[in-house]
Amino acid sequence: MNNQPPQQSDKPCCQHPRRTFLTRLSIGLSAVIGLVITMPVIGYVLAPIFKKPKEKWRAVGKLEDFKVGGFVLVQYEDPSPVAWAGVTATAGAWLRRVSETEFIAFSINCRHLGCPVRWVDDPKLFMCPCHGGVYYEDGTVAAGPPPEPLQKITVRVRNGQVEVQTIPTPLTLTTLT
Amino acid sequence: MSNNSLKRTWNWIDNRIGFTDYIVPLMVHLVPDNARWWYIFGSATLCAFIVQVVTGIGLAMSYVPGGEDTYESLKYITDVAPLGSLVRGMHYYGASAMVMLAVIHMVQVFMHATYKYPREMNWMSGVVLLFVVLGMAFTGQLLRWDANGVWSVTVAAEMAGRTPYIGPTLAHFMLGGETVGGSTITRFFAMHVFIMPAIIIAGIVLHMLLIMRHGISEMPDVNEPVDPDTYKEAYEERIQKTGVPFWPVAMWRDVLFSTVIVGVIMACSIFLGPPALDPPPNPSSINANPLPDWYFLWYFAVLSLLPPQLETWVILGVPVVGFIVLFFLPLISNKGHRAPSKRPWAGGAVIFISMAFIVLTIYGYKKPWSPDFGVKELPASVVGTDKGPLAEGAKLMHIKGCLYCHDIGGYGGHRGPELTEIGKLLTRDDIIIRINNGGHNMPAFASSMSSVELNLIVDFLLTRGVTPEEDVPKNPTQ
Repeated sequence: MNNQPPQQSDKPCCQHPRRTFLTRLSIGLSAVIGLVITMPVIGYVLAPIFKKPKEKWRAVGKLEDFKVGGFVLVQYEDPSPVAWAGVTATAGAWLRRVSETEFIAFSINCRHLGCPVRWVDDPKLFMCPCHGGVYYEDGTVAAGPPPEPLQKITVRVRNGQVEVQTIPTPLTLTTLT
Repeated sequence: MSNNSLKRTWNWIDNRIGFTDYIVPLMVHLVPDNARWWYIFGSATLCAFIVQVVTGIGLAMSYVPGGEDTYESLKYITDVAPLGSLVRGMHYYGASAMVMLAVIHMVQVFMHATYKYPREMNWMSGVVLLFVVLGMAFTGQLLRWDANGVWSVTVAAEMAGRTPYIGPTLAHFMLGGETVGGSTITRFFAMHVFIMPAIIIAGIVLHMLLIMRHGISEMPDVNEPVDPDTYKEAYEERIQKTGVPFWPVAMWRDVLFSTVIVGVIMACSIFLGPPALDPPPNPSSINANPLPDWYFLWYFAVLSLLPPQLETWVILGVPVVGFIVLFFLPLISNKGHRAPSKRPWAGGAVIFISMAFIVLTIYGYKKPWSPDFGVKELPASVVGTDKGPLAEGAKLMHIKGCLYCHDIGGYGGHRGPELTEIGKLLTRDDIIIRINNGGHNMPAFASSMSSVELNLIVDFLLTRGVTPEEDVPKNPTQ
């Protein structure tokens, strides 16, 4: 084994650029390796942000199942379920048959912080268990901290089926004032 | 194997791995002889982390991070798997222990101002670790993928969604899409099991390296304020003169305390068991009662107490400002007195924050701001009769949801004012106006209540707090 210190080059003038080049080469290639490994993963992780799932119509029951009156909770498959989602691909809405021809539906998410609001039939109010948000039957805020009315969901009747148009989990985009 | 050959074998290994050269000096490094029981919390936090790693690996053997199967796998771990309930319990109480010990460790370091020169980065790395530990606690709560977990992630996404400009992007990044679902659970699993533990392990390594580099701090001495120009030499000199080897002279206390902590975690797991699972994680199920784990409950309470115009500022400000203030603390004050007796503001801040935490946590458990959906009808003993218009009025108080928010004689919620004595305080007209028009935090009932119902309720309310002689309403139902 040669324990001698490495021999200095005969031409110190040429050694320096070579070392600088090798330093830059190794740093540059390391950066390339890093980018090649991380970029696809970062893109993969961020992809759901850019993918806007198409709003879909989901059937929630037959027309004759809904009587004119208070709200009922309907469940349907969310707009973009992954194969392994199971019951967590379920979304819900409060649906009311207002008259023979007219329906109205709201997202179950409270506009304060997203908790599930409950319809209480007698006082005709939606109430939230988290921070006391209360809404009237038209979705407007009756009391408590919610800054916005309940999110409306579009409803239609087609071929005897009541269908709702899926929406994202509504976020309360309150701006800082 | 003879002693001699054992020794030879060890020497062969030691010569190659360098245990004596690298590890032994670390173990026997000198620490101040006055570093006694005050110094046990950091190592206990590490011990709690080890509990989390080991039990977490165990749980991951059966845990399925995906939709419906997650819930089933959790039920399997809790109810069927041999020792599964114990391991899940240890992971749950270990998380509480880790959060608690990390905070106690931080308070101790803060009170003794150990973050001052030259240990600024010890503190800063610790602050980062604390926030990642809180992130672990939060993502862990979601991995308990039941109804509470689903709604916690919705609330968290809502909070993130209020960030200016990037709010919705952040929220959808967190959810792994635009709704809570299968992608959300797998995303949180990756964060809880790979990303955050990696950051914690890297952080712990840095934290320990810095401890080795700057030495364990001494107990504060009123006569020795920190002077960056002379501190290091003076510390070195003192430690050489009076220091004791960490192992075993100082370390036994750490090991003893850690044993107690592991014992407590184990005992809680055996006697209290893991937290019960809520119903399955169905995002359309509205019968959930979302409540965060105890260490975040104070924040949940704060959000109900704030006026709406301050809310977004607080939601976004508390974590960010909290982190910035804590992180940069040693850069603002890195010299001078360390003794708590010379730093009354530090002591005051700790007492104030602790009291606020305790009061808000108790408040969070009571949830007086929330309608009480489970409230029972008023009993005849409170109403004064079980038939007639008064009893009907009392019944309507329940049917119309008044009791969800108002307390009468100890029955009802606490969202609105107590009505036990309301008959003494308001006139018939006042009560009618308030019920019909609503008011501060009270919905208007004009459109959902008939005049007969209204009068029955008002008649009943006018008897509240009024003595039996005056009990007959002066202006009976029309």
